[in-house]
Amino acid sequence: MTTKLFGEPVRRREDARLITGRGRYLDDLGADALAVAFVRSPHAHARIRDIDVSAALDVEGLVAIYTWEDLPGALAEPLPLLIPHPALTHGRTAYPLAREIVRHVGEPVVMVVARDRYLAEDACSLIRVDYEMRKPVVGVEEAAEAVHLVHEDVPGNVGAHLVQEVPSADGRSAREAIEAAPHTLAFRLDVERSACMPLEGKGVYARWDADDQSLRVYSSTQSSTSVRMAIAAKLGLPLPKVEVIAPDVGGGFGVKIVHPWPEEVLIPWAARLLGREVKWTEDRREHFVSSSHERGQVQYVRVGFDDDGRVLGLDVNILHDHGAYTPYGIIVPIITATQLLGPYKIGAYRVEFSSIYTNTVQVTPYRGAGRPQGVFCMERTMDKIAAHLGLDRTEVRAANLIQPDEFPYDQGMIFQDGRPLIYDSGNYPEALRMLKELIGWDSFPEMKAAAAAEGRTIGIGLACYVEGTGVGPYEGGHVQVTSDGRVHVSTGLTSQGQGHETVFAQIAATELGVPIEKVSVVTGDTRRFGYAVGTFASRAAVMSGNAIALACRKVREKALRIAADALEADPRDLEITDGVVHVAGTPSASIPLATVAVLSNPLRYAFDEEAQRATQFAGGPSSMDRPPVEEGTEPGLEGRDYYSPIRSTFACGMHAAIVETDPLTAEIEILRYAVVHDCGRLINPMIVEGQIHGGVAQGVGGALYEKMAYDEHGQLLNASFMDFLMPYATEVPRIETAHLETPSPLNPLGIKGAGEAGVIPVSAVIAAAIEDAEGIPIDRMPISPSDLHHLRLETG
Amino acid sequence: MNHPITLTVNGVLREATVPARRLLSDCLRHDLGLTGTHVGCEHGVCGACTVLLDGEPVRSCLMFAVTADGHEITTVEGLAAADGTLSPVQRGFAECHGLQCGFCTPGFLCTVTAFLRENAAPTDEEVVEAISGNLCRCTGYQNIIKAVHRAAEIQAETQGGEAGR
Repeated sequence: MTTKLFGEPVRRREDARLITGRGRYLDDLGADALAVAFVRSPHAHARIRDIDVSAALDVEGLVAIYTWEDLPGALAEPLPLLIPHPALTHGRTAYPLAREIVRHVGEPVVMVVARDRYLAEDACSLIRVDYEMRKPVVGVEEAAEAVHLVHEDVPGNVGAHLVQEVPSADGRSAREAIEAAPHTLAFRLDVERSACMPLEGKGVYARWDADDQSLRVYSSTQSSTSVRMAIAAKLGLPLPKVEVIAPDVGGGFGVKIVHPWPEEVLIPWAARLLGREVKWTEDRREHFVSSSHERGQVQYVRVGFDDDGRVLGLDVNILHDHGAYTPYGIIVPIITATQLLGPYKIGAYRVEFSSIYTNTVQVTPYRGAGRPQGVFCMERTMDKIAAHLGLDRTEVRAANLIQPDEFPYDQGMIFQDGRPLIYDSGNYPEALRMLKELIGWDSFPEMKAAAAAEGRTIGIGLACYVEGTGVGPYEGGHVQVTSDGRVHVSTGLTSQGQGHETVFAQIAATELGVPIEKVSVVTGDTRRFGYAVGTFASRAAVMSGNAIALACRKVREKALRIAADALEADPRDLEITDGVVHVAGTPSASIPLATVAVLSNPLRYAFDEEAQRATQFAGGPSSMDRPPVEEGTEPGLEGRDYYSPIRSTFACGMHAAIVETDPLTAEIEILRYAVVHDCGRLINPMIVEGQIHGGVAQGVGGALYEKMAYDEHGQLLNASFMDFLMPYATEVPRIETAHLETPSPLNPLGIKGAGEAGVIPVSAVIAAAIEDAEGIPIDRMPISPSDLHHLRLETG
Repeated sequence: MNHPITLTVNGVLREATVPARRLLSDCLRHDLGLTGTHVGCEHGVCGACTVLLDGEPVRSCLMFAVTADGHEITTVEGLAAADGTLSPVQRGFAECHGLQCGFCTPGFLCTVTAFLRENAAPTDEEVVEAISGNLCRCTGYQNIIKAVHRAAEIQAETQGGEAGR
């Protein structure tokens, strides 16, 4: 049996429990917990004049009702602004329960605790909140006009304003370069709002242990370690008295990286106050109106280019709608601004964004996190240049690509981690070549002509992107071999379906030379690992994968040292195969890793037969001149290490699609979808492909179906799965994938992140293909048949 | 007012006393402790809560528990054989990476179990049609489609024995 599992399509170890109904998601826990429901604002902007709970007091099973006025100490303050930035001059966050003003439909106003959720909702329906209506601010352009304000103390509704400028090699500014360019174009692009929409909403379950004066909290979160710190700070508890666990999480896609959500501090607080287990499970409507959205931007673009389509200057001005609050800072528009550059080297670049308040749900990262908008901008620009010059769209891209010998390539900007935007490795011309071959780019004109002869309209499009993955600051891993030979791996970041239990076990099994069956992995449990950042930005495999590999290497070194003593051999001559340490070439001179684990922990007491070998009279190998635990070593066969990269590693991908549009109904069908993807070395190709499939499906949703339909009053008109159209199997094309592996030189495993990749270029690809089919410029996404029909009428 | 009901769930006679408004999904999850059935939208669109009622797939979030009184229900917990042997559909999903977060999976498993009983060797189009009432946000469906075909294969291989469980 081989233990070299890195790179193999190993079947997922998570699945055994998930396909038999034995997964433990948040609402599966705490069967006897009290249930929480919230009274949420029905208005987008209003002042709370009065809250009358009297009618609710008689509800059977009611336990407690809380408003902002009940909140003590730090809990009564606004929630944290997680990622401050100097350009975010007017950052604002919400209170856990609204204090005087509500700024979007869905903002929590009153918290009700009752025996079960039905009764809690009964009580909510009887609570009367008297609102004084204020003028809602809806739509980013309306908000920028600032006729009305979302926050009275934020002039112009502008939360942040940031300009980044990279001059050309000859020192010209982007605007100068555009002025001097042989060709220029100017246009506007629009991207609509969508949202992560994990099938499981958020949820929090808290147990207060009065005897121990400690709190255990389960949350459907992407960052249990940070939720823990937030709870300790908000409730004034010592950190060691708070533990937070992310159980099985039913999808995240970004929305669960935001923390602490109001509920993540309120539910633990109530549990402690009441001395009872308390649980809140978000329902779908709550998720629509009180979690996060993303994507909404308006972009104004000016570009100057030469006869070959080389971009000489690019000037982009972005209006970014960040909703009512900015708990996650301005990460999304920063990513748009920086990742917009994609795989290209352009002459001079200027990007300016204003991050604007509106009376809508807050905007925080959704898989892709600003990149889909940036890629939409750059790739629409490339297509417009090609159209203007009458060149093939792949030629224009090829003329601008960074070449393989130009790495590391410095884009001259500051990335979302506050570090330089330097691409570590890639082979973009090869990726483009592979994509053209996969989709059959060069033979498409014949295909299109043949279709036209049958009265069918088809078009082809492509889009390229570069994705900064594996952002720091760090992750850690702990690896312990116990005396039964089992390997226990833990890391602090969380899992939401990425298969971490499998890929981290593959890494540990490969590094340690043990069968994967011996390895178990725990993520997102602060009892096991307290230091972590979280799962976002396609970082888990890169960060925790490398940290676990490094921790395994420590364990391996220690195991070899102990085994060398026992076998009277040189550690350099030892190998570990199938969990047995042996002298290379001499399998008989061996000792099981389990025995090494026993010997690693000098014992006084034998608790079983195996343990006798490590007791003081067992005549072990240790010399009488040295202490049983030598200086600089620790008992136990375990190791802990951290991986902290100097900067992000940059993955790349290129997608192409062929679409057909119906001449009568304007229905849009994706006939083929091709992906070339480079995320460095693959740990598990099956899982990487799965990530790409899921990303593309979400991208198809964003390109053709999903938008948050707010009316002028700030009411979300489609806050249900009936009206917010997510793709079913009938809407997602078969995805053809090809992999290119350009290892990252930045980390020991040579890997890059893959979690977000699939979603990033889809809107740009579909827009390009529809444009090619219809001959109509497609400058806004998503596009429905009805939108396309109207575009035909306008341009007809 | 509470009502006593009797359900046969996964072959076991279960009794519960529930208010008239208790949804079948909540009854299964909270009264009977069968938390494998998940609730994703609470109004019958996502299919995560799909269970088999007298063998037919139904959305347990669209049915009151009292309505199911006297009926037979199979949930995801009841798909494997009593000895723990996975059903062909469960095996297909595990072999083909047909799930990621796993939250929608119980609904898919129940839907597909019923589908393959009706159509043991479906075409691609028939598979897509069969699962087109279930939402998955993770997989992009491609591996689910593959999993259904694989399940059909496994079912055919094991036909005559425990087939179609």
